[in-house]
Amino acid sequence: MTQAEQRPLPVPQPESDFYWEKCRQHELWLRRCNECQQAYFYPREICPHCFSRNTAWVKASGRGTLYTYAIVYRPPTPAFRDRVPYVVALVELEEGPRMPTNLVGIEPDPARIKIGMPVVVDFEDVSEAISLPVFRPANPA
Amino acid sequence: MVKSLQDQRIAIVGVDESDEIGIVPNKSPLQLHAEAAYNALADAGLSIKDVDGLLTAGPFSTLVVAEYLGIEPRFTDSTSVGGSSFVIHLAHAVAAIRQGYCRVALITHGESGRSARTRPPLFQGLPDSQYEVPYGIIGAPVRYSLACMRYMHQYGEERTRQALAEIAVATRKWAQLNPKALMRDPLTFEDYHNSRWISYPFHLYDCCLVTDAGGAVVVTTEEVARSCRKPPVWILGAAEGHDHNMISTMPDLTRTIAYRTGPAAFERAGVTHGDIDLAMIYDSFTYTVLVTLESLGFCGPGEGPDFVAGQRTAPGGDFPMNTNGGGLSYTHSGMYGVFLILEAVRQLRGECGARQVMHKKDKSQPAKIALVHGTGGSLSSCGTAILARD
Repeated sequence: MTQAEQRPLPVPQPESDFYWEKCRQHELWLRRCNECQQAYFYPREICPHCFSRNTAWVKASGRGTLYTYAIVYRPPTPAFRDRVPYVVALVELEEGPRMPTNLVGIEPDPARIKIGMPVVVDFEDVSEAISLPVFRPANPA
Repeated sequence: MVKSLQDQRIAIVGVDESDEIGIVPNKSPLQLHAEAAYNALADAGLSIKDVDGLLTAGPFSTLVVAEYLGIEPRFTDSTSVGGSSFVIHLAHAVAAIRQGYCRVALITHGESGRSARTRPPLFQGLPDSQYEVPYGIIGAPVRYSLACMRYMHQYGEERTRQALAEIAVATRKWAQLNPKALMRDPLTFEDYHNSRWISYPFHLYDCCLVTDAGGAVVVTTEEVARSCRKPPVWILGAAEGHDHNMISTMPDLTRTIAYRTGPAAFERAGVTHGDIDLAMIYDSFTYTVLVTLESLGFCGPGEGPDFVAGQRTAPGGDFPMNTNGGGLSYTHSGMYGVFLILEAVRQLRGECGARQVMHKKDKSQPAKIALVHGTGGSLSSCGTAILARD
């Protein structure tokens, strides 16, 4: 496999090392603000809602609902040539924030995928260091 | 008596593309910048020696472009926030000229979206590289289709689908009247609905072209404009803004920051929606147009499908839009915004031949007031400008 064909993986940054380490342990953690009480995604130390520095990590329930999705047919890079059609999605987490992800465990078919459907987190181990949080339907058909 | 700079109106006096647009593998992106600059200055009747302000966007900053052109600007602006940037540059040029930072501002664009031999590397530590790209949320079609799906959920899939088709078909009709457009074959509703999926809910014909093209715009004072080759097109008002970068952080997938830039530009221009003879609305995708018309306030949330129904935006319709054939059918190099300005200026000058739009209040005269609206990033940034002839 050439460099161009390898799936692009995240390069964790100092502020996201914890997030990716928890993902590796198959846990989803969020950053939450102790001032405005809102959880947010993606993780960063200063709250994007109120700019407070009084924020902390919290473990997410892993439950949410499908906010929107798309079914990708044309591979955006050669690395995704063997994966199409695949489902990209934004999931609205129980804690409030929306996060980008893949919807798995369901056929890539608009007749089956319903916005608003309950979903739960799962983890796809893509390398030694990286496990990607993905979501699957909470109530299998 | 010469008016003070602050009191002078600011005009667009020159516009043009590179010598060729479309599929141009024999020119580098910088060549496209330079050709467009050359042609736009010729259109204005000005010399490169007159240029003392430079604005550009994309992977090449004004440092690179100014050196290539052989100029030493005293006002420099590389604001690069996606395809809307060039409309935003209009606002910056107005401000800079009024403050005396420069007198003749040149806005350039050149991009080999289709034929580039090399592309800039990505910084893999950015949030989108960490949180979107690994999932295959890569490129504009995937990102914009996520927003469109949410719109369909909120406002109805069937009527949204019909609206997207209306926009694609109407835009192609305009392209058929523009010799410079790449896609000039007829496009039927059936063709639209039968076209392959790119990223569901987007068909092929929901997506813009990917071409090679350069474009440039010359902006100057009222005083200089009076000595230029062609009648001035005034920048009546302009506004800019952005509210996110990644599609996953967009506050509302069914509304862009045009909801702020639109009213601000109208207020500065002293005109209203009903005064607009021509709308040039960035059409990276059919959905971009739909969400922008609503966000600008031409209609309410969810009313876009009714607004564009019945080929209203096509030749002969009562809301002429994207009369060059748009990013969907004329050209789309990657950062398309500069071409919106080119077409608006040509329409206001009455240079558009078979596709000429007339002034609502006097059908014997060319269009008098145009709205130009750019959208960049992942529906992230917007620039709105209202332009008018005397």
